[in-house]
Amino acid sequence: MHGLLRTLQHVGFVEQDAESGKYQLGAALLHMGSSYLDGNELRTRALNWSDSLAARTQETVRIGTLHEGQVLIVHHVFRPDDSLQTLDVGALLPAHATALGKVLLANHPYVATELTKNGLEAFTAATITDSRRLERELERVQARGWAADIGELVGGEVSCAAPIVDRRGVTVGAIGISGPPERLLVARQPRGELVAFVREAARAVSRELGAIPW
Amino acid sequence: MKEHYVAAIDQGTASSRCLVFDRSGRIVSVAQKEHHQLFPRAGWVEHDPEEILRNVEEVVQSALEQAQLEAHDLVALGIANQRETTVLWDRETGAPVHHAINWQDTRTDQLVRELAGDEGQDRFRDRCGLPLATYFSGPKIRWLLDTQPGLQERAETGEVLFGTMDSWLIWQLTGRHLTDVTNASRTMLMNLRTLDWDDVLLDAMGVPRAMLPEIRPSSEVYGETRGSLAGVPIASALGDQQAALFGQTCFSPGDAKCTYGTGSFLLFNTGERIVESASGLITTVGCRIADAPPTYALEGSIAVTGALVQWFRDNITLIGSAPEIETLARTVDNNGGCYFVPAFSGLFAPHWRSDARGVIAGLTGYITKGHLARAVLEATAWQTREVVEAMNGDAQMPLTTLRVDGGMTANNLLMQFLADVLDVRVVRPIVAETVSLGAAYSAGLAVGFWPDIDALRANWHKAAEWLPQMDGDRRERGYRKWRKAVARTMDWLDEDDE
Repeated sequence: MHGLLRTLQHVGFVEQDAESGKYQLGAALLHMGSSYLDGNELRTRALNWSDSLAARTQETVRIGTLHEGQVLIVHHVFRPDDSLQTLDVGALLPAHATALGKVLLANHPYVATELTKNGLEAFTAATITDSRRLERELERVQARGWAADIGELVGGEVSCAAPIVDRRGVTVGAIGISGPPERLLVARQPRGELVAFVREAARAVSRELGAIPW
Repeated sequence: MKEHYVAAIDQGTASSRCLVFDRSGRIVSVAQKEHHQLFPRAGWVEHDPEEILRNVEEVVQSALEQAQLEAHDLVALGIANQRETTVLWDRETGAPVHHAINWQDTRTDQLVRELAGDEGQDRFRDRCGLPLATYFSGPKIRWLLDTQPGLQERAETGEVLFGTMDSWLIWQLTGRHLTDVTNASRTMLMNLRTLDWDDVLLDAMGVPRAMLPEIRPSSEVYGETRGSLAGVPIASALGDQQAALFGQTCFSPGDAKCTYGTGSFLLFNTGERIVESASGLITTVGCRIADAPPTYALEGSIAVTGALVQWFRDNITLIGSAPEIETLARTVDNNGGCYFVPAFSGLFAPHWRSDARGVIAGLTGYITKGHLARAVLEATAWQTREVVEAMNGDAQMPLTTLRVDGGMTANNLLMQFLADVLDVRVVRPIVAETVSLGAAYSAGLAVGFWPDIDALRANWHKAAEWLPQMDGDRRERGYRKWRKAVARTMDWLDEDDE
């Protein structure tokens, strides 16, 4: 047992507190979920399906991966109304306040645990800042297979997202749409058909990555 | 009422694909299968036409299955194909008499020089719009007739037929021997004005008319498919680059697109005007819808762009997949002074030099693999810049926006650099698969699935946009260095090289 622990410590998954001698989860876990798949690779494989999602929903599409506890935007498709928009690729978003982030955290619970240790920043009145509440929210996300953010990062903006899974069943990214509540919500919840489109796109990209169709 | 769809076959250089589209131009399903690249000698590239035919039939079935559709759900099938690649087959048996000679194949180098003679490589340009180059079909046919015993006679009696990939597939699927006007414009045998085979060109290359297909519009019902796809009309054929121009809805004079694949192809719509190039571009037919007058285009063909990234992946093995080139390139901020001119089989537009070979210039001890990766990506942008400069001169209307498509548009670093060195807006449409989309649009128009081209225009939307950010001084210094690197590729090949 001690040998196993030493290996985990060596690769940074476990840290030993110098004073108490107690073991805890290490910082390297934060990097997990981002090192599985090159973001540029993910964008290339997802191109057709993210375009399709934008065309079907008429909303902005983003794909994110986990990067040191945050969401790194690796792909962005403009809302197809030919208005002036700028590419968000390379931007980092807080994981607990976005649908993309919640999907990723729900599938990488150790990152969520690490994140809550440092406290959860509030961006709007709707941001989840309580770690117990976040835990429950992530359980819900995991159970139903998609996440929503209703004005939790920016007031008046809604997003919903679903996980992208590779052939080993590992969640390597999340794909989602975002837009105003008037278009995305009905009775304060994301519209069913939009959620279905997002989940279909996530499945199509996952299939592209070799995941077993489900 | 049940939804209907259009399927497009994209018979490309590396693979055959089938995409199914719905009425709004959205992709419903995709299937793809690669075929073997045969390299019997240095500079020779062949494909097995029967393997390609099998793959095409397979990917159509697979695309239908994925979308849970039957053949009768399709209102039409369109074809976009790799251009110039030459197939000769037996009219009786349908069997190819030789492997297809690929457009990249340079075996006709000597033949092309002989044809050029004292008049030079522009000898036939006023008739067919093309410079003499190994690229085009005419010399490839000549080579086959010269080297395969008995073939000349069988060609003269029409026992052996010629076709580019569109003709080969249409023959096999419908039994009709025809080609579309865009594919025909790449043979060096068609007159750009009459849109018919030209006797002077046929004589010069010794190609019998009896072996040639009938030239038809790009958008028209050619016939119904037999076999597993029974009853589906084949309603379009376009060379892949012309298909992409159509898929990008570049219907107006001045519209331009560049498709970034293995090679890259910039096409500029010149309307009903035939613009002769003074700077090394090709004049080609853009498309012809039924009986309407044809649309012409200027084309800048770049032989090696995506192929350089593949080479870097497969032969240098510093990356495991093509998209990783961006990751590696982003480990450094600039090219460190390194330039890579991928003249692997000579240079195409605007130089047309078959004696050029590749060069990595500006190497110093400072250069890392990251700089090399940058130089690999930048080569695509600088080559585009050369073509755009030539085009601005010839067409006398400067390019203001470049519509881009193809696999490399997923590379954000490259797309930004492209906007930077061209100093124009670079825009990617929401369907990056414009080759297939163009074939589908063209087929759908022919059967009334879409009423007119305005309906297609309404389907085009911007998915991403890159604006120039580089300061002019840096841009011009970079371009100067690029041109110096290009100058160093020339005159490498000698007469007696093996």
